[in-house]
Amino acid sequence: MSTQHSRTAARFMIAPATVLLLGWMLIPLCMTLYYSFRRYRLLTPDRTGWVGFRNYENFLTNPAFMDALTNTLALVLGVLIITVVLGVLLAILLDQPMFGQGIVRILVIAPFFVMPTVSALVWKNMFMNPVNGLFAYAAKAVGLQPYDFLSQAPLLSIIGIVSWQWLPFATLILLTAIQSLDSEQMEAAEMDGASPLSRFWFITLPHLSRAITVVILIQTIFLLSIFAEILVTTNGGPGTASTNLTYLVYAESLLNYDVGEGSAGGVIAIILANIVAIFLMRMIGKNLDA
Amino acid sequence: MGNITLKQITKSFGDVQVIPPLDLEINEGEFVVFVGPSGCGKSTLMRLIAGLEDVTSGSIEIDGRNATETSPAKRGLAMVFQSYALYPHMSVRKNIAFPLRMAGMSKEEQNAKVEAAASVLNLTDYLERRPGQLSGGQRQRVAIGRAIVREPAAFLFDEPLSNLDAALRVGMRMEISELHKKLATTMIYVTHDQVEAMTMADKIVVLQAGNIEQVGGPLELYHRPRNTFVAGFIGSPKMNLFSGEEATKLGGDTVGIRPEHLNVSTESGMWKGRVGVSEHLGSDTFLHVHDTGLTDLITVRVSGEMAVHHGDTIYLSPDMDKLHRFGADGLRLA
Repeated sequence: MSTQHSRTAARFMIAPATVLLLGWMLIPLCMTLYYSFRRYRLLTPDRTGWVGFRNYENFLTNPAFMDALTNTLALVLGVLIITVVLGVLLAILLDQPMFGQGIVRILVIAPFFVMPTVSALVWKNMFMNPVNGLFAYAAKAVGLQPYDFLSQAPLLSIIGIVSWQWLPFATLILLTAIQSLDSEQMEAAEMDGASPLSRFWFITLPHLSRAITVVILIQTIFLLSIFAEILVTTNGGPGTASTNLTYLVYAESLLNYDVGEGSAGGVIAIILANIVAIFLMRMIGKNLDA
Repeated sequence: MGNITLKQITKSFGDVQVIPPLDLEINEGEFVVFVGPSGCGKSTLMRLIAGLEDVTSGSIEIDGRNATETSPAKRGLAMVFQSYALYPHMSVRKNIAFPLRMAGMSKEEQNAKVEAAASVLNLTDYLERRPGQLSGGQRQRVAIGRAIVREPAAFLFDEPLSNLDAALRVGMRMEISELHKKLATTMIYVTHDQVEAMTMADKIVVLQAGNIEQVGGPLELYHRPRNTFVAGFIGSPKMNLFSGEEATKLGGDTVGIRPEHLNVSTESGMWKGRVGVSEHLGSDTFLHVHDTGLTDLITVRVSGEMAVHHGDTIYLSPDMDKLHRFGADGLRLA
C-alpha cells in the first residue's frame, strides 16, 4: 500500500494543513511568551523593556491567584462529578425501551447545541434572577424568600450552568457505550443471581470505564478554560469568588491593562494544564489501552 | 433433583406465536437435546425454561415446584451461553467465583470450589488470566466452570460449540458428555447440528416451528422416525424420500430409505440410475445417483473401494425391511 512514492505524496498533501496549524498555534504561543517577559502596560505603553520573571512573580503573588486556582479545580471537579454520575444514570434510563425514544434522545442532546454565552444568559436572567427568575417565582409561590444564586453561591451556580451544558455530551458517549454491552453478559449475571444493583456495579460500570475515561479527559480539557459563562454571569465576582485562572488572565490583561502579567498568567495556566493532563493520563489513561 | 416439566406452555412475541401449546417431561439426570433447523424455537424454549423470557401461558415445574413466576436466579439452573458471556474485566477465577460471590459465600469457600471446578476442567493454570487471553475452547470451559460451581439442578447449554472449529468441537463434545457422566445432573442442550444431538443425547427433542415433532432416544429417531420431517432431519447424509408410483408400489404415500440401506450393483437391481458426483471420504463413498425415476437425486453409501465413475450406470436395491413408509399426512405408517 504505502510505497515510497505514495508516502512522499501524502506528506506533500498534508503539509499546507500542518504549516497552517503550526502558525496558528506557534505564533500566539511565542507572542505570549515574549510579552510575559516584557513590561507592557496599556496605561503606560511608552515604558517598555525586559523585566525578567517579575511578571510571573506578580501573578503568582497576586492574592487572587490562589482563589483562582482553587476555583478552577472546584469547577472542573464539580462539573466532572455531576456530569459523569448523572450521565451514567441518564444513559441507563435512555437505553430502556420507551415511547418516543428518538425524540427524547434529541431533546437530551439539545443543551449541547446552545452556545455557552446564550445558555449562561438564559440561566442568569430567566432562572436564577432573584426578581424575575423562574426559581424566585417558584420560591415565592411556596412562600419562601427568593435565593440570589449568582451573588450568594456564585461558583456553585456556574458549576450548575456548565454541568447542564456538558451533561448531554457525557450522556451521549455513555449511552453508545451501554448499547455496546453484550446482552448475554447481563443475562448470565442475572442467572448467576446478581441483583439489578450488583449487575450495574459488576457488569455495567466496568464496561463503561473506558467511556468514562474518554468523557473525563475531553471534558477536563474544555473545563479548564471555562470563560464565557463567568463573563456574562458573575464577572468573576463577588470579589474573586467565581474567578478561575482563565478569567484571572483576562482580568489582568484587559481590566487592569497589564498585558505582561496577563501573558505570564497564560503561560502558568498552560503549565498547570499540562500537569493536570500528565496526572490524568497516569491515573486513568491506562483504561484506554487494550 | 433435576426434574423439569413443561405443561401447555406457549410463547408469543406480539401477535406472533412462536411456541404453540407444548408439553415436555425431562427426567432427572437426563441429557436432553433440543434440535431443529434455525428459527424453530429451540433457543426460545430454553430461555423460557431458564426464565430469561416469560411464558405467555402454561406452567413450568422444576422438581415438582411451580417455577413459572420464579426469577432466573432462584430456579437453580445454570446456563452456558453461545457467546460464553464471560465478564471481560474479571480474571478466570473471578468469573467462576461470580455466582458464589453473589450468593454471599465466604472467600475460602469460594476459592475451594473454584479450585475444584478448575481442576475438573483443566483450567488450574489459567485462573489468573482474563478471558481475552484465552482460546475459544478455554473460554468455553470457563463458561462451564461458572455453571458447575453453582451445583445447579440442571445445566442449560445454548449452542455452546457453534463458535469452535471442527476439531475442537469433537473434543468438547466428548468433554461435555464425560462431564454429564461424572456429575449425573440433568442437562438440556440446544443445537442445530444433528450430529451433536445423536452423539450426546439420552433423549432428543426434534422441533419445527415451535412444535415438537418427536421425542425419543437417538436410535429410536433413527430407526423409527415418526414423520417425514424427522426422517429427513435425523441422519447424515439425509434419508432419500420419494413419492409417486414407486412409493405406492412399496406401500406408502411417501417412502424413505437411508443411503446406507441401499445396495449397489453394476449389473442388476430394482432401480436403474446414472452416477453423478461421488464424495470420497476414504472409508465410505457417497454417490449421487440421478435419473432413477424416484426423485432428482438419490444418495447412496458404498464402501470406499467401489470403482464407479461419473456417468456410469448402476442399479440400486433397498433393504426391504429398512424402508420407512409414510402416509399422505406425513406420519409414519405402522
